[in-house]
Parts: sequence; C-alpha cells; structure tokens
Amino acid sequence: MPLDQSFVGRSYPASGPYEVGREKIREFADAIGDADPVYRDTEAAKAAGHPDVIAPPTFPTVITMRAQRVLIQDPELGLDYSRVVHGEQSFQYHRPVHAGDRLVTTVYVDGIRAAAGNDILTTRSEVTTEDGEPVLTARAVIVARGTAEQQPAGNGS
Amino acid sequence: MPVLRYDDVEVGDQVGPVAVPITRADLVRYAGASGDFNPIHWNERFAREVGLPDVIAHGMFTMALAARLVTTWAGEPSALVDYGVRFTRPVVVPDDGTGATVEFSAKVKEKLDGNRVRLEVSALAGEQKVLGRAIAIVRLAGRLA
Repeated sequence: MPLDQSFVGRSYPASGPYEVGREKIREFADAIGDADPVYRDTEAAKAAGHPDVIAPPTFPTVITMRAQRVLIQDPELGLDYSRVVHGEQSFQYHRPVHAGDRLVTTVYVDGIRAAAGNDILTTRSEVTTEDGEPVLTARAVIVARGTAEQQPAGNGS
Repeated sequence: MPVLRYDDVEVGDQVGPVAVPITRADLVRYAGASGDFNPIHWNERFAREVGLPDVIAHGMFTMALAARLVTTWAGEPSALVDYGVRFTRPVVVPDDGTGATVEFSAKVKEKLDGNRVRLEVSALAGEQKVLGRAIAIVRLAGRLA
C-alpha cells in the first residue's frame, strides 16, 4: 500500500535530550577506525579550539536514527521496516558536536513518494541544544523496497 | 583549525586512493557503536531471506569511512561543513576470512567563497560504485596573517 501523503509536513516532538559522552565518541571513532586525537584527547581538542573532544562527522546518526525510529515505527504510517533500506543521507553542520552537549532532535517528514514500486520517504532531523542553539541538520531518504503496490509473488526475495 | 590552507588547494587535486578492508567483525563493532542492529548487517540467514546476496555493510559505515579520508586530508574534522551521499549499491561482506575492500578517493571540484572547497568522493567495491553524488564541502584555513 502506498504511504499516506498526509504525513508530509508532520513533525514529531523533540526527543528527550541525548547527552554526548566522551567514551561514546571514542567507541564510535574506534569503530570507524579513525585515530584523530580530537576525538579522544581533551587537550588535543582544546588546542584545536574546541571546548572538549568532538564527535566524528557521522556520529550524529547515533542520535538521529534513534529519533527517526518514532516516525519509521509509527503504526499509522504503516512502513514495513523489514523492507527498509537507506537511500541517501546528508549532514549540514552548524557547529561540531562535542562531549557534554545535551542535544534534542525534531524529526520532520519532508516528502513521501512512490517510484518503481518502492515507497520513498524523505526526513529531516533538526538537532539543537536544549537551549535551542542549532547544531546540525540531517536529511535522510528511506526506501521501503516493493511496498508501494502489490508485487507479484516471489519478487524481491 | 584546519591544517590545510585554501590557497594551497587547486581544482583537480586528488585525495587518496585509500583501500579499506571491511570484515564481519568491523560490522559488529559498528553496529554496537552506532546502535544500528538491523540484522542485514550481521545475520546472513536474515539477509538472504530479505533478498540480499549476503550480509551487507551499514551505508553509514561506508559514509563514515569516506568522511575519514576527507577530514584526514583537511587536518581537522570540524572543517567539514556539509556532507551528503547516495547509497547506490550495497557493500557485500562475506564471512570468508577476507571480507570486502572499499577503495576511497576524492577530488577537489570547485573552490568556493569563505575558504570553502567542494570535493567529490568516490567509493568503489571492486568495479562498483557504492556511493553516488558523494559531496563534501570543507572550510579550510585562510591566508597567513
């Protein structure tokens, strides 16, 4: 079934604050094999002009995926999560994320369309501090494969 | 501050290539660090059930590795001000003791105002492009005062 167009323009209330921790940043930097000292060493980060260790550029996915789950798993939207793949992702950074940040995320539905039997959902996550300082904007295109219309048996498996 | 200076960069400058091996252990570690536990990234049976050839890497993992190339070149991660990719093909990671290898490179395509440059990033698994329209905007250091 095609997704309900009336979801376009909807937003989901800001998530509870996510507190960015030094050890979580280190764990993420280790997982992506990035040895840059500004992710690990507070002194190196301060020498580079940051208040504390900063997070790698794609670290915000930890926060935005969590916030986005509310939309993706909204039973009213009816997205088949088992058929979901990530189509596109972008980040616009207003300033680096650093340890000690308490970040809240509001998820917006920017678009819903169907193409070649796939449902395609475009989301925007606005990440700010608790005080409302803009930190980054993350956009994602989420594709549910073969869910937009009835597929012949066996298609896609 | 970025180490690299705007004046030292020319359109056409190449970054890399760097070949990055990806194993199942890397995917498990990334799943834990990112919180993305979708079983297509660690469970071969599940991956095949949903029509994939085998376990595939998280697109966000590939995106992170590509960013690493760019921020290492710039000399400072916060130099990256805008970054976007399309996930055009999955990186298939077999459980064969070798895994996959992705080759990352980037090219300076344009010099912009405000000491910013636009790079196009390439990620190849074998002959296949796994990222499309991968664009990084980096703000470099200005002139020495």
